[in-house]
Amino acid sequence: MSGKDDTMFEEISDAWELVVGLEVHTELKTTTKLFCGCSNQFGSEPNTNICPVCLGLPGSLPVLNRHAVELSIRVGLALNCTVQASLFHRKNYFYPDMPKDYQISQYDLPLNIRGHLVLPSGHRVGIERAHMEEDTGKSSHLGGSGRISSASASLIDYNRSGVPLVEIVSAPDIHTPEQAREYVSELRSVLVAVGASDGKMEEGSLRVDANVSVRPRGSTELRTRCEIKNLNSLRSLGRAIAHEANRHIALYESGESPTQQTRFWDESGQVTGALRTKEEANDYRYFPEPDLVPLAPSQEWIQSIRDTLPELPQQRREWVMDLCGEATTNDRIETAISDELYPFLVATLRSGLSPQRVVARTSNELAAELPLPNYFSTERFVEICSLEERGELTPTQVKTLLTEATHDDAPISELIARLGLVAISADSLAEIVNSVIEESPAEWTRFVEGEQQLRGFLVGKIMKASKGKADGKVVGEMLVERVSAAKKVG
Amino acid sequence: MTADPSIFEVARAVQDGSQACLPTVEAILATIAAREPEIRAFLFHDPEQVLREAQAIDDRARAGDVVGPLAGVTVALKDNLTTEETPTTCASKILEHWVPPYSATVVERLRAAGAIVIGKTNLDEFAMGSSTENSAFQVTKNPLDTTRVPGGSSGGSAAAVAARFAHVALGSDTGGSIRQPAALCGVVGFKPTYGLVSRYGLIAFASSLDQIGPFGRSVEDAGALFEIIAGHDSRDSTSLDRPAPQVLDRKDRGVEGLRVGVVADLVNFCSPDVVRRCREAADGLARAGALVEEVSVPATTLGLSAYYIIAPAEASSNLARFDGVRFGLREEGADMTETYVKTRSAGFGAEVKRRIMLGTYALSAGYYEAYYGKAQRVRTLIIRAFDEIYRRFDLLLCPTSPTTAFRTGDKANDPMAMYLNDVCTIPSSLAGHPAMSVPFGEGDDGLPVGVQLLGPALSDPLLFQAAFVLQEMANEHKRLSAARLDRTDRGGDV
Ligand SMILES: [Zn+2]
Repeated sequence: MSGKDDTMFEEISDAWELVVGLEVHTELKTTTKLFCGCSNQFGSEPNTNICPVCLGLPGSLPVLNRHAVELSIRVGLALNCTVQASLFHRKNYFYPDMPKDYQISQYDLPLNIRGHLVLPSGHRVGIERAHMEEDTGKSSHLGGSGRISSASASLIDYNRSGVPLVEIVSAPDIHTPEQAREYVSELRSVLVAVGASDGKMEEGSLRVDANVSVRPRGSTELRTRCEIKNLNSLRSLGRAIAHEANRHIALYESGESPTQQTRFWDESGQVTGALRTKEEANDYRYFPEPDLVPLAPSQEWIQSIRDTLPELPQQRREWVMDLCGEATTNDRIETAISDELYPFLVATLRSGLSPQRVVARTSNELAAELPLPNYFSTERFVEICSLEERGELTPTQVKTLLTEATHDDAPISELIARLGLVAISADSLAEIVNSVIEESPAEWTRFVEGEQQLRGFLVGKIMKASKGKADGKVVGEMLVERVSAAKKVG
Repeated sequence: MTADPSIFEVARAVQDGSQACLPTVEAILATIAAREPEIRAFLFHDPEQVLREAQAIDDRARAGDVVGPLAGVTVALKDNLTTEETPTTCASKILEHWVPPYSATVVERLRAAGAIVIGKTNLDEFAMGSSTENSAFQVTKNPLDTTRVPGGSSGGSAAAVAARFAHVALGSDTGGSIRQPAALCGVVGFKPTYGLVSRYGLIAFASSLDQIGPFGRSVEDAGALFEIIAGHDSRDSTSLDRPAPQVLDRKDRGVEGLRVGVVADLVNFCSPDVVRRCREAADGLARAGALVEEVSVPATTLGLSAYYIIAPAEASSNLARFDGVRFGLREEGADMTETYVKTRSAGFGAEVKRRIMLGTYALSAGYYEAYYGKAQRVRTLIIRAFDEIYRRFDLLLCPTSPTTAFRTGDKANDPMAMYLNDVCTIPSSLAGHPAMSVPFGEGDDGLPVGVQLLGPALSDPLLFQAAFVLQEMANEHKRLSAARLDRTDRGGDV
């Protein structure tokens, strides 16, 4: 199935409108866990980053990690939320990978409330809250279907227990599978930009639950929704939402209604399945966590965090779009403002180089060389792009040079010499143009008379004769000059 | 009677070599060997280990090392305080063989001060009870009358101090669990201001109420132990960020000019002999110069019902972790849910189950507001009432327990009667205020009566100041009646 276009699986009848709210859990990039001093490192040997606190041993007590609070506030501010005095609650339910059999989370007084995120398409999604909570351990169920109910044994790794999480809850403002993917992708960029998360969906540091319902297009009602848990790739997200929406539509169209349920996405069958209904849902018996004091960040602290917020993807996007105008595609800009490439883009733009050209070099040639070696500095990139800007190298030569300069740390001048990348002089180019005109008099005459299709033929011959050292743009300009000269003579 | 040396004096004598630790400890072990089979105060007691520790302290003192302010002082620990490499059971089958990998902050502080842990003491399972009859393992007897209970839930610690099994002991107080057994065993018991003593390593019953505190045979000993264990601990977020208060320097300061209110509302719940002793204590304070006045604090009578919602609610959550997955008892079932059910059914006793069910119900969707929400509002009401009253008074005085020690088995099957034992102690627990029980004479049955001093948050030193005076009056009273008894005897001879 993977080869087919995603949109095939995401078609939804025009008569219905999809209504989706997303809950995104992100692990915070702290050194230590939320309530103890254990290392917060992914990939350690099972049960090595543990202590009495994150194992929930009798008598142990939680102590809040200030850095985790700071990162949570950064997330809130980046999502335009209000940061407020908040409280931790206990969410009570039994599960073997949750050591205390309650999760310390935030309930009616979350740290961040009422924000929004503007997507690259311009669509605005409300953020209802972004609250702090602790992660659980990780169970592996052996035997059976991989679920606890049919397992012959379960192994639990408590390394993840107590890892700080922020749960970001969107308003039901998402109306297509494409918007859902765009939202998660943009949110991911924001989380990475503010240093809160490494954004690795495949390692589980970003986990998505989707609340899905449908309504007749034109209506504003909110119908029964189903929550699909653990959509851990953008592809699953889009497909699961579409599948769930179509399931609802089919039910409504046959005179039935969906029941409120928690469901899961079955990747192999490409369908959603029921986990539990509303009646079976846990009563979490939330109450204020008596082992922690209220969390009330001071205005000074919030302001100092706001002062250190980096440029967010939306600000980068607007800046680059302003410089490039209409001519550059959104895809190119999105690539060029990604975290790995953005510093290179900024350096070239600040050096006064042509925005359209450097966006192209960054999003195509440089992006192809990711990950970049340490010695490939922004200065190195500026040096290469400047050679093209001054006409000293042709685009073809620049592409060759970029590949070499990301694999060999020799100085650029040395690489140019070694590759024999010397731009052709104006005189030599003029000679080549003359000889091509002489070799193809019939084509030349027709071109002068206005047959523009012959332009490519002539340029191609000239480029070939110059062995790729000529700049196609310069050749084009030269041909235009020759045509007007020929016309004057004629 | 000659006064015992205080525990600081014991430690100083060990340090300067004037009274070695080992002979003292040997004498204590002999007392334990003689009476423990009847009293049953300990859940864990290892005489060999105790002797080794005593010997080591003497050796270090002889070598000129600084052995600490509690060097050679024997301390009994309630068995809900974690001790590294020593079993910690909460008197529950669910933790029967559990050995914690870490020690409570208070235990670390005691060890750093040179104290010797003489043993782990019996309690009502998970500190839920007022008689120590709810232990899964044994029933502790009151050393003053072994047909009676020692009170609870820290009954083992109170009995150990009363029976001279230890110089001092630590207990935990959630709704009176230090003060009530102290009263029933005739020793001093102190519940500090919430947050002055770290709860790290105290196995939680009700986190917002639990507080560790000392037992001593004198106000001096309780104060000395308190000074060692109190003070900020970064491992407990509710620990107050302030140094340990000094309380021993309040001795001999008197009560001249102190405004003391005698709480009238609780009298209806108490037996006449207990009320009489409380009045005598009030009169004594007045004679010593305090401004004593009877006062009504009606909100205090609401404490019991609020407490029996809030404490079980927190307990239902705190005790969830005893699920058979990581530690303690596990009874295998066919699946995870059945394992939970079998483990917890087998591991918890009746009173613990009752409170878990009460608390679970009180927090359930649809009932939360009517029970937990309302109880929290009552708690706020009580705190406001205290705030109001402490504008007019420095301290309050009332009985600790409604009666003297009752007979073992008398209330075991009547939870409501048992819960009423805490009526006088619960209000200050809900408010997070300090409170202390000081022995003050006997009841009609000749068993000790405790009177209780209450004060606002952080008035701990002031409580000690008044407690020293009450202790002096009680001792004086004892001397007088002993002398009277003496004269009567001689009179008979003539
Ligand atoms: Zn830990």
